[in-house]
Amino acid sequence: MNQSQSTAQASESSSLSEPLLALKGFSKSFGAVEALKDVDFELRAGEVVGLVGDNGAGKSTLIKAIAGVQPPDEGEARFEGQPVNLNSPQAATALGIATVYQDLALAENLDVVANLFLGQEVADGWPGVDVLDEASMEHKSMELLGSLGVTTLRSVRTEVADLSGGQRQAVAIARSLLGEPKVVLLDEPTAALGIVQTQEILKLVERLRERELGVIVISHNLANVFTVADRIVVLRLGRLVASFDARDVRREDVVGAITGAEFGDERPTEEAPL
Amino acid sequence: MSTRAETPAGFEPEETEFSVGEMLRRIGRGELASVRVLVAIAVIWTIFQLANDRFLSAINLTNLTLQIAAVATISIGVVLVLLLGEIDLSVGAVSGFAAGVMAVLTVKEGLNPELAIAAGLAVGALIGLFNGFFVTVFGIPSFVVTLAGLIGFQGALLLVLGDTGTVPLPPSTITDLTHTFFDPAIGWLLAAGVVGAYVVSVLVGRARRQRAGLAVPPLIQALIAPALVTAGAFATVAILNEDRGVPLALVIVVALCVVLAFITERTRFGRHIYAVGGNAEAARRAGIRIKRIRVAVFTIASTLAAFGGILAASRLLAVNQQSGSGEVLLFAIAGPVIAGTSLFGGRGFVWSALLGAIVIGSITNGMDLLGLDSDIKFIITGGVLLAAVTIDAATRLRREPSG
Repeated sequence: MNQSQSTAQASESSSLSEPLLALKGFSKSFGAVEALKDVDFELRAGEVVGLVGDNGAGKSTLIKAIAGVQPPDEGEARFEGQPVNLNSPQAATALGIATVYQDLALAENLDVVANLFLGQEVADGWPGVDVLDEASMEHKSMELLGSLGVTTLRSVRTEVADLSGGQRQAVAIARSLLGEPKVVLLDEPTAALGIVQTQEILKLVERLRERELGVIVISHNLANVFTVADRIVVLRLGRLVASFDARDVRREDVVGAITGAEFGDERPTEEAPL
Repeated sequence: MSTRAETPAGFEPEETEFSVGEMLRRIGRGELASVRVLVAIAVIWTIFQLANDRFLSAINLTNLTLQIAAVATISIGVVLVLLLGEIDLSVGAVSGFAAGVMAVLTVKEGLNPELAIAAGLAVGALIGLFNGFFVTVFGIPSFVVTLAGLIGFQGALLLVLGDTGTVPLPPSTITDLTHTFFDPAIGWLLAAGVVGAYVVSVLVGRARRQRAGLAVPPLIQALIAPALVTAGAFATVAILNEDRGVPLALVIVVALCVVLAFITERTRFGRHIYAVGGNAEAARRAGIRIKRIRVAVFTIASTLAAFGGILAASRLLAVNQQSGSGEVLLFAIAGPVIAGTSLFGGRGFVWSALLGAIVIGSITNGMDLLGLDSDIKFIITGGVLLAAVTIDAATRLRREPSG
């Protein structure tokens, strides 16, 4: 009894050190175009990874592969150390991988509560009749948004049509958390947002890290990535070309990796005078 | 104070203050569309009463309820289809065809009237299933599928009626549907029952919110709507009791509105109808089976259309080659739109079917009392529809996010 408990504890502590999500040798081709080439990628709990790269570098392909929307041609995935098959969105969701796409997929005619619980409404009632439990959904919505520090909403009964872009993004992210995921993929969460709203969303991403979630953020905005990411992973032409620690990497190095300057040019790698 | 302390941390509940200005703003934005319609009805009634003092008499208002019962019933189904962001142009033709099937079965084939009604409803349900099937499986726009139905089922009506053309209905359960009036006492009881159920549901909902630690508006404010409904219900019964009593047809229409309003606003199925109408792709990604929702809604709509046709036949005491044709379709769609259900999907409410039918029915009835010709009647009705849709479009424009 005691022994089995201690082994369970041991395996739990070892799982903390191993990555939440590990991809090995992910490749994907569309005809002659190799969108992903032999990509190895790891994500740990409580880690925010900024995924950057130029247009067509393979960011979206990688995200879609993880979300199960577009399974890779080759490669194996491990989730919490176990080999898994990410061959459908349902499979990814069941593992605890939530994706917030750029278009957010909110129903503008419904209020915040209805959108948060869309497709997973809390209901009771009689056999065959699902009567919505609005009070408990509203209560949970306020709790969830409160815990994420989303305070700019006037009321959770506001229709999404009346929300700002930042508030919509916050609602979409909050909705992805209702399924208690372990990994959250954010596709361009700050695109088309103003400065203040961008700051709010970045704070929200930090709350996700505090919740010990693994977060992948795709962004074109390097400044935002530097603000929020622990690690910056660079894709170029389908290859994972660099993985930097966000604390001690210079902006130029990241830009160089994105554009390929440090590889394409014949410039000496050490102390290049600029 | 204590309810406030229990609200979830980090979230300030909105101050729910009651002010006339806030209410006017919400009416302008289309949030309180029903209030806007009630004002419109009051204006229309005032105008016709000034033009002819028989308009608001008990006998005329009783006639008005009987005149609108069929179209209001069809409109309830139209509301559901409009909420999906679809359209059903076949409801008029389906109402005529289903009534034709019922009439032929009972009069020519000798089937008992109750079974004939059931057969008529079944015909409606099958047609709805058929419409939903074509819209979802083949992805054909509902406009086209139901336009084909509009033409095809008119032909089917002529076919089942055969050479006779008109099938008169002898007194039976079918004709009783619109020729039954309740005793005054039962009328009062019905009003009390409706009002009681409504007040209880408001208070229960309020208690649930309080138990969940959510902010609730002051009791006085929560009781404004029930007070208005109470006044309206008892005034209606008082007027109808002065004539023949509360008509069974009105009870049927109100009951259908109550049931379908409950389904659309309080159940998971209803929530999914709004979601599909608002953003079908979002609904699909949220795991909602949108095809199933669409087929179900088309089936319900055609069944209600069939029932509306049966009510129309009951009132006319016959089914003929014109049953369900002409203005039936136009009024059945125009009514809900006038009363605030959007043509663009996702916004609207079941009661707009009854409210819209009252608006259109009042205009038609009032103009009949004034002895106006058809030309003027059509022009004015068309103008009212255009005005209402313009208001709908204008509120949509105002809803566009400013940032």
